[in-house]
Amino acid sequence: MTDLPRNQHIIASGLIAAIGITVAYVSFTQEPADAFIFPRLIASVFAVLAIWTFGKAVLGRTKVGNGLSAAAMRNLAPGLIVTLIYVYWAAKGLGFYTATTIAFFVLLSLYDPAPHGQLKSWLKRIVITAGFMLVMYGLFAMLLNVFTPKEILF
Amino acid sequence: MEFLFYMGDVFTPMNFGLLLLGTIGGLILGATPGLSPTMAVALLIPFTFKLEPQQGLILLGAAYTSTVAGGAVSAILLKIPGAPANIATTLDGHAMAQKGEGAKALQLSFIASAVGGVFGVLLLIFLTPILAQWALAFGPSHLFWLAILGVTVIGTLDSSSVVKGLLSGCIGLWLATIGFDDIMGAQRFIFHPSVAGGINVIPALIGLFAIPQVITMFTKGRSSDDAEIISVKRHPIRKAMAEVFSRKRALSIGTAVGSIIGLIPGVGGQIAGLVAYDQSRKFSPDKDKFGTGHSEGVIAAESANNAMVGPSLVPLLTLSIPGSPTAAVLLGGLLIHGIFPGPDLFMNYPQVAWTFIDSMLIGQILMCVFGLYIAGLAANVARIPHGVMAALVLGLAVFGSYSVQNSMGDVYVMATLGLAMYFLERFGFSAAPLVLGLILGPIAEANFIQGSMIANATVGMGSYFFTGWLNWLLIVIVIASVSYSVWMEIAQRRYTTKDDAVAKEEALS
Repeated sequence: MTDLPRNQHIIASGLIAAIGITVAYVSFTQEPADAFIFPRLIASVFAVLAIWTFGKAVLGRTKVGNGLSAAAMRNLAPGLIVTLIYVYWAAKGLGFYTATTIAFFVLLSLYDPAPHGQLKSWLKRIVITAGFMLVMYGLFAMLLNVFTPKEILF
Repeated sequence: MEFLFYMGDVFTPMNFGLLLLGTIGGLILGATPGLSPTMAVALLIPFTFKLEPQQGLILLGAAYTSTVAGGAVSAILLKIPGAPANIATTLDGHAMAQKGEGAKALQLSFIASAVGGVFGVLLLIFLTPILAQWALAFGPSHLFWLAILGVTVIGTLDSSSVVKGLLSGCIGLWLATIGFDDIMGAQRFIFHPSVAGGINVIPALIGLFAIPQVITMFTKGRSSDDAEIISVKRHPIRKAMAEVFSRKRALSIGTAVGSIIGLIPGVGGQIAGLVAYDQSRKFSPDKDKFGTGHSEGVIAAESANNAMVGPSLVPLLTLSIPGSPTAAVLLGGLLIHGIFPGPDLFMNYPQVAWTFIDSMLIGQILMCVFGLYIAGLAANVARIPHGVMAALVLGLAVFGSYSVQNSMGDVYVMATLGLAMYFLERFGFSAAPLVLGLILGPIAEANFIQGSMIANATVGMGSYFFTGWLNWLLIVIVIASVSYSVWMEIAQRRYTTKDDAVAKEEALS
């Protein structure tokens, strides 16, 4: 295992251990105690296993999980940023259908292997986006009667 | 023979239409690499809200059956398994396609899948009422241990690390406690308004299964699968049918192995296909032909991965313990209609239970018929670029989660859990035990509290939870599954170097 995955394992298992300890702390200190009997049971096992996993990561004895390579991070970063903006802000802020259309088109443009320099590729992306949105509108707005947040745009 | 009484319900226009839709859609989705059966079924759940319970289950059951079989199309024609259950099919199926026997390999795979699948569903039909009757005797302590068993078995058998598998299960159990406590009404771990009402299972399932796939597709960048679809020459179905039934050994090994493995919670179709393939090769006089395009390899693998579908639902329908991640998603499909499976399912909702099971039987035949005719189309769908597929799945996941309760909170929960799961998977954690923990958590807690009350009023906690043959049987199985997995992990480590393990994991991911 190279240093990169080892450090990543330490950070990841450290975070989980921190969550485990926090959950255990909350379970054993919150009132009413009767409401936390089962969480205490779970949190104890959770914390012990999380600390064990963290210890193994620190000692470099983690056997499974390859972490994230630099190339994978580079590839996923744009998609992840678009996803985060879409889900946590745009879907509510801009309106569900508007945000989905923009996010879908941006993701297609970022990840579709068709060349960026051809007009035909862009037309294809526009047609796919329009088709997808029509299907989604038909399914959710018309068939399932789902009322989506409209906000400033549709 | 109660199942015969409800057989007619499968053929009402609406039910049969949904069965056809689920079957054809499932075959196409299954052929698409990256869309696992569990994810396909999870994404379909929001579309069942407006349907009657049995109609929703018919759609989900048909999709489950067909996605497992549809995965064979891309395995054979593209050498890319549509689902993990089709890995073993690739070994001989693609070799057959390269020899110009692609159509024959597809026909063998669908016919073998149907035979295995029908046997598996018959097992479900005949085993379920017996187990359900037996399960009526279960008290709170038994149900508590059974829930723990479900999480433990999946946590240990489905993960590459026992500790990380159990830790995933614990995370799932903890997530299930978020929200208001049922008895005291106390707030527990509510750190954001989105989780004030607890974590809704459906958005959680969608997030945990769909979002990691979306991000995995992002990591592939702008590349596309360059795999060339091998053109298929016509081959008479009659001959394929005759070949499947002449390969009795491979067919019976595949069907038996798949059915047995299906009954064991947490083992799954991937193992069923690989074990059946391996056993079939061991018992075959033509051992050397395996891997070079031998029909027995395809028949054994495909009959096994579909034979496990029916039995994998036995623990769900009788004990309300989902035996696999897909069964857990089906449980979600039942819960949204207010139906809780378990021993009394067949008494309270016989029409729902039996129509669903009957539809799976008919679905196996439809899957075979349509599979034979739309395999070519499905193979083309398999070539959709990753970027397009990622955007499609993300859009469906967001809309699907929102539509559960018309709540943005559910979308945030879905995305947060999905993103976290992607990173957890990169570090050796698995989604299956987490999902099982999330679903079985309320069952475990409710029965633990109920059992504690009975115990405090009668014999005490120790005696109530740790005495009686059934409690001990369940405890022994929990300990045995953990011990076996630890032993297997140590034994494997002894013969595998760290580099081998890393290379193997890279290949699998």
